[in-house]
Amino acid sequence: MPESRYIRAVNRALSDALEADPTVIVMGEDIAEAGGSFKATRGLLERFGPERVRDTPISELTITGAAVGAALSGLKPVLEIMFMDFVTLAMDAIVNQAAKSRFMFGGQASVPMVVRLPHGGGLNAGPQHSQCLEAWFAHIPGLKVVCPATVEDAYSLLRAAIDDPDPVIVVEHKGLYATAGDLPDQPSPARIGEARIARDGSDVTLVTYGAALATCIEAAGQLQERGVSAEVVDLRSLQPWDKAAVLSSVAKTHRAVVVHEAVRNFGVGAEIAAIIGEEGFDDLDAPVGRVGAPFMPSPFARSLEARFIPDAARVVNAALKTLE
Amino acid sequence: MGSKAETLSAGELVTLHETMLRVRASEAALAKLFADGEIPGFIHLSFGQEAVAAGVCSALDRQDTLATTHRGHGHVLARGMDLHSFFKELMGRAGGKCGGRSGSMHVADMSLGILGANGIVGASVPLALGSALAHQTRKTGGVAVAFFGDGAMAEGALHEALNMAALWSLPMVFACENNGWSEFSPTARQFKGTLTGLAATFGIAHRSVDGNDVEATALAARDAVAHARSEGPFVLECLTTRVRGHYEGDAQKYRSDEERKALEARDPIAIASAKLRAAGVAQEVIDEMAEKAGKSVADAVAAARDDALPDFEAALADVYTRAGPEHAR
Repeated sequence: MPESRYIRAVNRALSDALEADPTVIVMGEDIAEAGGSFKATRGLLERFGPERVRDTPISELTITGAAVGAALSGLKPVLEIMFMDFVTLAMDAIVNQAAKSRFMFGGQASVPMVVRLPHGGGLNAGPQHSQCLEAWFAHIPGLKVVCPATVEDAYSLLRAAIDDPDPVIVVEHKGLYATAGDLPDQPSPARIGEARIARDGSDVTLVTYGAALATCIEAAGQLQERGVSAEVVDLRSLQPWDKAAVLSSVAKTHRAVVVHEAVRNFGVGAEIAAIIGEEGFDDLDAPVGRVGAPFMPSPFARSLEARFIPDAARVVNAALKTLE
Repeated sequence: MGSKAETLSAGELVTLHETMLRVRASEAALAKLFADGEIPGFIHLSFGQEAVAAGVCSALDRQDTLATTHRGHGHVLARGMDLHSFFKELMGRAGGKCGGRSGSMHVADMSLGILGANGIVGASVPLALGSALAHQTRKTGGVAVAFFGDGAMAEGALHEALNMAALWSLPMVFACENNGWSEFSPTARQFKGTLTGLAATFGIAHRSVDGNDVEATALAARDAVAHARSEGPFVLECLTTRVRGHYEGDAQKYRSDEERKALEARDPIAIASAKLRAAGVAQEVIDEMAEKAGKSVADAVAAARDDALPDFEAALADVYTRAGPEHAR
């Protein structure tokens, strides 16, 4: 199978979507001439021209609001916000406009737009360039949120997001951009809301998404050495999320730990743990564990950030705790 | 860019007058429905600003789009929104254009290119900018209008959008209703510059017009829309008057009696009536127009009262165009 890299899969998804649908446009700060801060959009300007691959000023609120207006007027904009942290400036457009237009207009309109948000730490980029804010968007009725962990999903989930009639937040971990993986010539289409069993196991379920998938796979290897068989569920999509897949895994393993890089408090893991508690209580042999970053801003220093981002050891400990 | 015509025909003035009367009669009914508790929430009335809605919307073609503000009843009605679906919406009925989910502050009619009223000050501006971008990219020949008030002059979204509209030569009209008030504060206490000064900074063609003179506003809007369609953005500042409070129920203790008294002399409907008489339209004909508007509104209110209440389950199921399994929870 042909190997590619995550960032190239994103680029190919954008390119294939622009090719397939003349209403798709790609816009954002430095995405055209410069090819994007992380080079996700490299070469698109040359292929599709400045009307469809558009550099915008550094005006997050208005470029995002404009994407909503364009989506209400016959285009399918794919907007890149350079770092997820900067989306704070665009929240009105996403939360009050994009998410609500369909509902508050009584179904007269859809808002087929995508916002790509690079998140996550590991680059020592500090408190304003490292955050994982996906829970904010999963909390808003009207938005969909996906977070691809693999190269193939980077392609397939982005294509699914662009094809979707509703506003979709595509969260891409910056640390994954350079990772290699298989990308078939014809990647299988993804369905938003469908999880994937990334590793089979029988003793404990690790529920995760994005870059934390690799951490969980590593932890599962370490648990195996201790005689514990961990199943790893890659959610892929956070809103909607695949409750059936998670509950059926927990019905098999009777234990669960939810793992993400985002700050633990009030996070995605809280929602998932609560649902497992509410609907899978009879299957559980232990309280559901949660692993996430501690409740502090992302620190800069290499030594601090290394402890801030959850590692495999913390996942192993949390998993073992469910087996005590 | 001089106007092609300096005046409008009597027929054109009559049409504009009918539009203003429809808006005035609708809002008079809304004021009563609100006072009587038949409409809950917040409503923001545009008494005194009807000429802007009628004048600007008269310049639009079928393919054009607009986004408006919390004070948007006039704009949606002047654009042609059906009175029945309007009143059903504002009264929270199932047959409302938005199924009773928008009410006054978000009312939209996509079939007329109305991208909604908006509860966020300044939010109409980026939406219209994006719509203009779509017109340009899709080569529809259309123009997008952002209605906004002077309260939005201090919003960053406006400043960002002026820059982008100029950078990209978008087919867009920035239609400002400058009534001197930013909610409960005089705009002079909130904004140091001027809108035309801002427009000039970005090299955008601009003009201020007496927004209580429907003829002058309609003529200026024709020029503004024609400019936007062929050359790029235009800022049209309509100097107008807000008669009611920021919202219904606002006692406006922050306004002087003199200021409020002076509003009567600037009533756009009285000004237009005088022009009609001067153009040879008999007073009885003008009175009949008002009576007809009142009757249409009364019919729409009655129909709305008789309409069913919206279904909760239907609303719950309509958050997404394509819902996933968990969205239905």
